[in-house]
Amino acid sequence: MSQTFPIMVTVNEKDYRREVEPRMLLSDFLRHEIGLTGTHVGCEHGVCGACTILFDGESARSCLMFAVQADGHNITTVEGLAKDRDNLHPLQQAFWEAHGLQCGYCTPGILMTLIPFLKQNPDPTEEEIRHALSGNLCRCTGYQHIVDAVKLAAEKMK
Amino acid sequence: MKPAPFEYHAPDSIDQAVELFSQYSGEAKILAGGQSLVPAMNFRVVQPSVLIDLNRVGELSYIREDGNVLRIGSMARERHLEFDLSIVKRIPLLNEAVPFIAHPQIRNRGTIGGSIVNADPAAELPVLMLALNAGLKARNSSGERWIDAKDFFVGMFTTALEPDEILVEIELPFSLNHTGWSFMEVAPRAGDYALMGVAVLVTLDEAGKCKAAKLIYLNAGEGPVEAKEAEKLLEGETLNDELIESAAGKASQEEINPFGNIHTSAEFQRHVANVLTKKALKQALQRAGEMS
Repeated sequence: MSQTFPIMVTVNEKDYRREVEPRMLLSDFLRHEIGLTGTHVGCEHGVCGACTILFDGESARSCLMFAVQADGHNITTVEGLAKDRDNLHPLQQAFWEAHGLQCGYCTPGILMTLIPFLKQNPDPTEEEIRHALSGNLCRCTGYQHIVDAVKLAAEKMK
Repeated sequence: MKPAPFEYHAPDSIDQAVELFSQYSGEAKILAGGQSLVPAMNFRVVQPSVLIDLNRVGELSYIREDGNVLRIGSMARERHLEFDLSIVKRIPLLNEAVPFIAHPQIRNRGTIGGSIVNADPAAELPVLMLALNAGLKARNSSGERWIDAKDFFVGMFTTALEPDEILVEIELPFSLNHTGWSFMEVAPRAGDYALMGVAVLVTLDEAGKCKAAKLIYLNAGEGPVEAKEAEKLLEGETLNDELIESAAGKASQEEINPFGNIHTSAEFQRHVANVLTKKALKQALQRAGEMS
């Protein structure tokens, strides 16, 4: 049988220890091994952005990494944004209020892309917002309400 | 859509990495940032039986000035190149071009060495290495050697590396005095593969004549394509609109060899190359004047 590796990964400030086969994608690890299904899987080749997470604080495609590579690293997924059901992250709240989602499939990846973007650029122009969203596909909204939501989020987070 | 099984090694030094790579020569692939290799593995287009992951080799991740060159470890992330102040100051062409590489989410993982060794004709970094006269240091278990960028890219996804060699360092000479730069590309959407792109350098002499010119194209053939004849038209001359027009014409009609794809015809790629060459040459020329 294939080799497995013991790994310890910190996800949303909680430590998880598992044995993984090296070919297990980080996206599958998050969803199937530790049950955090907020990270979505779209294309599995780095194009759609649905699986975007924060890896040591920086946005990355979790479908383009192996879980074994995350050993000893720090991951934030969409589940790590809100304190609880009643206290959404201002970015999530803005998406709710501005109708920044329809089916919601792309939303976790978009949120995880925007967290570092808004940290780096707290007062973005519309052009900068659209540029920042260029690595995430949404097939419902036409992006307009997403752009509105990002503007609203930037206001809320000031 | 899931990779085939493989044996995994994560060495923590270059010595260990080259030892492993020589031991599994022919079977192993090197995993750098994984932004091209992992999609190919997910599709099972590539099924290496052994993967040697360089992400724990800390000694391969650096950007530092050394005399009049910049030394970059092959595992330096593209995102780090983007914000490095030495690069801003010393090699402005590289600073200008890096944000065109895919998206921040990709640049956070993608490495300079990975993109160079992947040698995708549509990628930015191979073009930049050629434009910047990069020296590329390869290591195997018996030693190291330097390969000039002009000898490194030998064809479609093919480099001069031997099967057991790992790219460990990139040496980039600082930009010369009186040198202007420009990088331009056209992509359907920001971050997509560009359908055409060009890196331009123009160095002026004391009299303001063009001492040296570089015109290197992406997605224009089997690797980064240098328009040498067009460069010759410019060298030794005082650049004006007419000369720029004829250099752009020569490069786009005679020297590049775009294939066309689902998004564009080869003819349109040549048209874009012509337009971009003129714009980029003018920008580089203006900057060269300002740098005097």
